[in-house]
Amino acid sequence: MLSVKSVNKKFGSLVVAQDVGLELPQGVRHALIGPNGAGKTTLINLVTGMLAPDAGQIVLGGEDITGLKPEARVRRGLARTFQINTLFPQLTALESVALAVLERDGHAHNWWRGLARFGAEVDEAASILQSLNLQKSPHRLTRELAYGEQRLLEIALALATRPRVLLLDEPAAGVPKDESAELFAAIAGLSSALTVLFIEHDMDVVFRFATRIHVMVGGRILVEGTPDDIARDPRVREVYLGKTGTDHVSFRKPPLG
Amino acid sequence: MANANVKPLEVVFWLAALLPFVVTPNYLSLASQIAITALFALSLDLILGYAGIVSLGHAAFFGVGAYTAGLIAKHYWVEPLSGLVLAGLAAGLLGYLTSHIIVRFRHLALIMLTLGFGLLLLEAANSASALTGGADGLQGFRVPAVLGFKFDLYGTTAYAYALIVLFLCFLASRRIIHSPFGLALRGIRENATRMPAIGAPSRAHLRKAYTIAAVMAGIAGALLTHTTSTVSLEVLSFGRSADVLVILILGGAGRLYGGPLGAIIYMVARDQFSGLNPQYWYFWIGLLLVAVVMFLPNGILGGLSAFRKKRQ
Repeated sequence: MLSVKSVNKKFGSLVVAQDVGLELPQGVRHALIGPNGAGKTTLINLVTGMLAPDAGQIVLGGEDITGLKPEARVRRGLARTFQINTLFPQLTALESVALAVLERDGHAHNWWRGLARFGAEVDEAASILQSLNLQKSPHRLTRELAYGEQRLLEIALALATRPRVLLLDEPAAGVPKDESAELFAAIAGLSSALTVLFIEHDMDVVFRFATRIHVMVGGRILVEGTPDDIARDPRVREVYLGKTGTDHVSFRKPPLG
Repeated sequence: MANANVKPLEVVFWLAALLPFVVTPNYLSLASQIAITALFALSLDLILGYAGIVSLGHAAFFGVGAYTAGLIAKHYWVEPLSGLVLAGLAAGLLGYLTSHIIVRFRHLALIMLTLGFGLLLLEAANSASALTGGADGLQGFRVPAVLGFKFDLYGTTAYAYALIVLFLCFLASRRIIHSPFGLALRGIRENATRMPAIGAPSRAHLRKAYTIAAVMAGIAGALLTHTTSTVSLEVLSFGRSADVLVILILGGAGRLYGGPLGAIIYMVARDQFSGLNPQYWYFWIGLLLVAVVMFLPNGILGGLSAFRKKRQ
C-alpha cells in the first residue's frame, strides 16, 4: 500500500535518512522503533511531504506521490498524527473533526451555506468521536479536554480524512502507562483494511500490537521483521542494551490479553 | 458547532443603530463616518480575527475603492451603486493579486509586507497627480443622490446609505464565518501546521479570505467617496491602516461585532476628545488603548464575554 524507496535526507552534514526503504502491505500493523534521534519522526515528515527528500521515492497505492504537497497526499489517503499535540485549541472537538470531514469532501471552500446545512458531515464527525470514545464532550473546546482525550482527538482528526494509510507518531506520548493500553486498544480496533504504522517506545505495546517491526538507528533501517525475529536479533539487543544502556527493555512477547 | 442563530442582543444592536436618526440628528454625518469605519474594521476582522493575517496596510484596499468611486463619479457617471460595485471589484482584484504573495508569509514578515504595499500605493497615488489630484485630492465632482434620495446637509441620506451597505456586508460576513469556509479559516488561525495534515489547502483559503476582505474594504472606501464627494490621499495613509487595526483590537477581533463596536467607541471618543482638546486628543486615545489592552486583552467584547461566562 505504501512503499518508501531509497529515501535520503541530510540537514547540512547531518544525515537523518540514509537509503531508507519501507514496504507496508495493506492491513498490517507496523511498528517503527529505535532510539531517540534515530530519525523516526523525520521519516514520517518525509513520507507525508512535510519535508522534501534529497533523493528517493514515496509510492502510495501504486502512485508516485514524491512531488505532491502534504494536503494532496492526505487527499489520496495518507494521514498522520503528531507526537506533540497539533490540534485546534479554540475549536470544539466536534468542530475540529467536522472540519477534517468537510475538507475531505471538498465542502470547505463553501462560504455561502451555513454549517447547519452540512448535517451528514457533522453526523459523521460525531460518529468518529464516538468510535474513539470521545462522544462525552463534543462541544468543549479542544484546549479544555483532558490530555488523554486530546491524544485521541489527534487520531480522530486523521481518521476523518478517511485514510488508506495511517501514520501514528507516538500516539501515547505523555500518556501514563496504564492509560496507554486503552489508547492502543482503540488503535487495534481500527478497520483491518487500514494500513497502520506507529512509532512507539514502550516495547510491551510494540510487541503486543505490531505484526511487523522496523528498527531504525542513525537514519537507517537496521532491520525489519516479525516481532519474534526482532526479539531474537542480536543487533537490536545491542542497540537497546549495549549502546544506549538506559532503556530497560524486555524482549519477551507478552501474552495477548 | 458555532451557533448561527440570531441572538436578542444582535437585534438590539441593529435597532440601536437607527437611534441617531431621532436622538442625535445633528450627528448623522459622524454616524455615517462611523458606519463606514465599522465596515472597514469588519473587513479587517475577516482576515485578522478569523484567518489570523495581521495587516498594517489594509488602507490600500479602502483607498483603491475610494479612488475608483471618485474617478467614476468625476469622469463617467454619478450613480453611486454601480460605483460601489466597481470599487469593490477593483479593490478585490488588487487583493487577489497581492494575496499570492501575502499568504506565503506570517507574523512580522506579514506586517512589513502589508505596510510596504500600503506605502507603495500611497506614493503611487501621490505621484500620479494627473489621475488622483495628488496631495490636493480628487475634487470637482458631486454625487447628488442614491436611488433618488438626495444627499442632504445633515447627512440623513448619507447615514442611511452607509448603514444599509454596512448591514448587508455584515450579513454576508456572518454567513461566511458560519460556513464551512469560515470554520476552515478558524482552523488556519488555530493551527496552520495541522491544516495540511487534514488535507486542507490553506493558502487557497487564505487567498479567498484576503480577496473577500479587500472587496469589503473597497466598498467602505467607495462609501466615503460617495458621502463626502471628495477623495484625499488620507484614504491610503498608514494612519488609516493603523487606526482600523486599533479599532478592531479595541472592540475585539474575531467576534464580528468587535469592528463595529470599536468604530463607535473610537470615533465618538475622537470626536469628543478633539472637541475638548484639539491638539492632544491622541493622548486620550492612547490612554484608552493602554487601558483596554491591559485590562481587556481580547478587546471590549472579549472582556464582556469573559465576564458573562464568570457569572454563569
